[in-house]
Parts: sequence; C-alpha cells; structure tokens
Amino acid sequence: MSSKSLKNLTAPLSGQNPVIVQILGICSALAVTVQLKPAIVMGLSVMVVTAFSNLVMSLLRNGVPARIRIIVQLVVIASLVILVDQVLKAFVYDVSKQLSVYVGLIITNCIVMGRVEAFALGNKPWDSFLDGIGNGLGYAMILVIIAFFRELLGSGCLLGFRLIPESWYIAEGGFYSNCGIMLFPPMALILVGCIIWAHRSFNKDLQEK
Amino acid sequence: MKALRNIVDKMKPTFSKGGKLSFLESTFDGFETFLFVPNKTTQSGAHVRDCIDMKRTMIVVVLALVPALLFGCYNTGIQVGLEGWTAFFYGLVRILPMIATTYIVGLGIEFTAAQLRGHAINEGFLVSGLLIPLIMPVSTPLWMVALGTAFAVIFGKEVFGGTGMNVFNPAILARAFVFFAYTPQMSGEKVWYSDWTMMGAQVDGVSGATALEQLATTGSMQWSALDAFLGFIPGSFGETSTLAILIGAAILLFTGIASWKTMVSVFVGGAATAYLFGALGAFDYPAYLHLLVGGFAFGAVFMATDPVTSAQTSTGKYIVGFMTGALAILIRVVNPAYPEGMMLSILFMNALAPLVDYSVVEANISRRKNRVKLVK
Repeated sequence: MSSKSLKNLTAPLSGQNPVIVQILGICSALAVTVQLKPAIVMGLSVMVVTAFSNLVMSLLRNGVPARIRIIVQLVVIASLVILVDQVLKAFVYDVSKQLSVYVGLIITNCIVMGRVEAFALGNKPWDSFLDGIGNGLGYAMILVIIAFFRELLGSGCLLGFRLIPESWYIAEGGFYSNCGIMLFPPMALILVGCIIWAHRSFNKDLQEK
Repeated sequence: MKALRNIVDKMKPTFSKGGKLSFLESTFDGFETFLFVPNKTTQSGAHVRDCIDMKRTMIVVVLALVPALLFGCYNTGIQVGLEGWTAFFYGLVRILPMIATTYIVGLGIEFTAAQLRGHAINEGFLVSGLLIPLIMPVSTPLWMVALGTAFAVIFGKEVFGGTGMNVFNPAILARAFVFFAYTPQMSGEKVWYSDWTMMGAQVDGVSGATALEQLATTGSMQWSALDAFLGFIPGSFGETSTLAILIGAAILLFTGIASWKTMVSVFVGGAATAYLFGALGAFDYPAYLHLLVGGFAFGAVFMATDPVTSAQTSTGKYIVGFMTGALAILIRVVNPAYPEGMMLSILFMNALAPLVDYSVVEANISRRKNRVKLVK
C-alpha cells in the first residue's frame, strides 16, 4: 500500500473526520448511541456502505453521464443499504430492531453520498475503497466514543454488562445515581461538542482564525 | 482597613507583570477588587460616572437573597418537626455544605478559566453560587450539586465567553441539569425526605410531596394560603417564602439593580394565565395560589430579572416577562409531567429574549421610517 493510498485511509480518522470536522452524519450519531452495541453495528454498517458504494461508483465513473449521476448513486447506495439491512435482520435481529429506521436511513447519511460525490467520482477504485473504509471508520469511532460515555454514565453498563455495582445506587442505600440526561439526544449533542473541543485543542491547524 | 491595604500593596509586585507569581495575576486582581473599590479611571471616551461596579451590584443581589436564605434555614427545621433556634440551626447545617460546594466548584472553574484566558475574574458567580443551593431540594446529594454547578458554569457560561456572554441563566441551568439527569432525586414523592436524624429531627413524618405537587396531583394542599405566603411549606430551600422573596425584591427595586418591568410583568403574566385557566375550569383551587407555591415568585424576582439573559429593550422586558409568567403557569397546568414550570419557562424565554429584542428594535426602526415618509 503506497503512502498516498494509506493517507486516504487515515486522514478521515482525525484531521478530516466526517463527524467532528466536517459535521456530517450528526443525526444518526445522536440517535443510535444510547448503547454501545447498536453504535458499533451502526458504525460497521455505514463503513460497509461507504466502502462499497465508493468502489462501485468509482468503477462506473467513466460510464455514467454527469446529468444522471445522482440517480445512479442513489440506486447503488440504496441497494447496498437494503443488503446491509437484510444481513442485520438475519444475523443480529435484536440489534436490527433497536436500530429500527436508522439502518434504512443510512441512504440519507450525508457521509455516504458526500464521499461518492467528492471522492469516488474522481479517483481510482482502490483509493476510493480505502477512502470509504476510512470515513466509515472515522464515523464509527466517534459513535463508539459517544456511546461509551452515554451507556456508562446513563445506565451504568457497557455492552450490557453492569460495571457499576447495584449496591452503589441510592435506591439500594448507596450514594450513586445514573445520569438520566445521558439517555436523551441533547446530551449526545453536548458530548459531540466536547469531542470537537478536545480534538481542536490538540489540532491547532483546525482552529478558526 | 489601612493595614489590609498595606498588605495588599506589599503583595502586588509579586503578582504583577514580571513578578514571581505573575501567572496568578487575574486571581490576585480578583481578590484585590473584591476587597477594595478599584481606583482605575478610564482615560478616553464618554462614561457614566458611578461608584457602583459589578462586584457592588452582585453583592446587593446577594444581600437581597439573605431573607430568603435565612427563612429557608428556619423552614427546613420546621418541616422536620423542630422549633425555634434549633430549627434554624438545623437548616443552616443542611445548607452550608451545599453553598460551600457550589462556591468551591463554581469559583474553581471560573478562576481556572479566567487564568487560562488571561481575563480578569468576573464576579457573576457570587450570585449564581448562592442561587443554586436555594433552588435545590434540601436532600440533594452534594455531588449532584457539584456536577450541576460544573455543568452550568462550563456549558452555560464559559463556553459562551464568561460572565455577561451567557445565553442561559447559569443557576437555573444547574437546576435543569440536575432535574433532567437525576429526576428521581429532584421530583416526585421523595423530594422532601431528609435522611439526617441529628438534633432530634423526625424523619419519618416528612417524606412527602411539595405543596406544588400536591396541588398538581390532588387538586388541593394541606397548607393554607397564608402558610404558603409566609413559607411554612415544603419546597426547595429558598423558594418557599413569598414574603422573604418580596423583601429581597424590594431591595433589588430600591437599589435599581433589577428591572421592575420584567418583575411586574412576570407576575402579571402568571396571574392572568392562572385566572384564565381557573375560569376555564382546569383546576379547582384558587388561582392566586399559583403565585405563592413553588418557585414562581423566586424565579420572577431573582431569575427572570437577570440583566444578562433577560431582554434589554424596555418593550422587550414587558413581553419577555409576561411570556415567562404565562408559560410557567401553562406548563404547570397543562403538562402533568412537570409540576414546576418556572424553570423551563425561564430557560425558554432566555433563548427567545434576543429575538424579542431584535423584533422590538426592528419595529422601532420601521415606525420611525414611516414617520419620515409622512413628513415628505
């Protein structure tokens, strides 16, 4: 793998991160991050869709007239999303139910179409594929960070395993209480803000002015 | 006084530019101006000559809060079956840790933020730090108070640029955070339980809903309207006594710190809406009770009048005030999930105040433009 190809993979993880730098895909980042497991599954699904839609559109890029390219992209993305949806339903039915409409809504995720438009239509298949994987990973990474805090502080569990012992809770005579606001989407938005804050204070070149 | 001045002057070079501890300059400046009125004068531009600065303003608000604070101490003791001075000291012992917590956490964050930014320390937190314990249930665990304070100061204030830049009132934001994060401890049947059995307090007899919740759930309360006015009802620490709050209001209005326009229109808006709903048959108890129980009066006097987050224009103050009062009663009566609507209505109107101001200014401009056209 040449260093240029590698950069396609690594840039979206930090400096070009789709969620915290380009501010794309915020809606699903707030919706599916109450627990860690759905967040991981959602991140992987988006990664698969971005990677393969990038690959397919990059292969087709010279044969598709510019006027109808959006509709072609939509056909490709929609087919991939339906595939992912069916796979989830077949193998992880409970998570698929938790994610409900948000799997179908990957079609409308700005990251997928944004990468196809901005990258796959102008680059070779291998680079486009890596770019898709990288952006999917960057998205998944942020989702996992948000879901980690939301599940840990909001319900005292991680991936369903109880980390904070029952005896700590006020109802059981202890002192601790779950932070209920973590279960609401607004707190996820504040968490996204905190991640952006931390990220920018380490990456001076991203700071405005 | 002179001795103190000498000590401060002696310490000054160490903290000034080039001194050993110059990185703590704004902390030192904060304490110095807290002790003495600064003698700096502005060299250019037109300025109003007035000896009152922000520290003096904030201290007046703190003074205005003292009646509510002292009565809150007494009432807390009364509610657990104590009498006289014992009741007062019981309440004092309950509230002091909360006040200490908010000041340590809040001022700690403020000082650090000012130091990091190289700003002078602002004293807005003097008031917020006292308001936060006064609007919390007495049984709130201290770590929740600390967390709420930290959230309010960081996300309500410092993120926007510190004192004077905040969109939302920090004190009410702290309560909102704790309310939504730890709902079981903040509302419902258990809000008034006290688990401290010192000084012979009867704990078993006091577990129960606040007056406001009794009104919301059963349509009546076991206390008389006079009790509610004087404040001998369960509730958050400083909000129970409408009388003590009105004394505070008188101090604020006499010194001109708070705007009477906002204050009066909150009460007018609340009363109008309460009587409207009473006439429509939404509840059976007398409508004026809405102004006496819960945090309505406290919010109207100390929260809605916040000069930073309220409207700036004169007409805007009337509009925002009226809508704050009206919304509070609307939420109380219509939404059974939130028996206390004052917190949400103040936050909501904080968000809308700039829009109201903008509309008022624009309306004024277009009115005057029309006048010009008429002359032509």
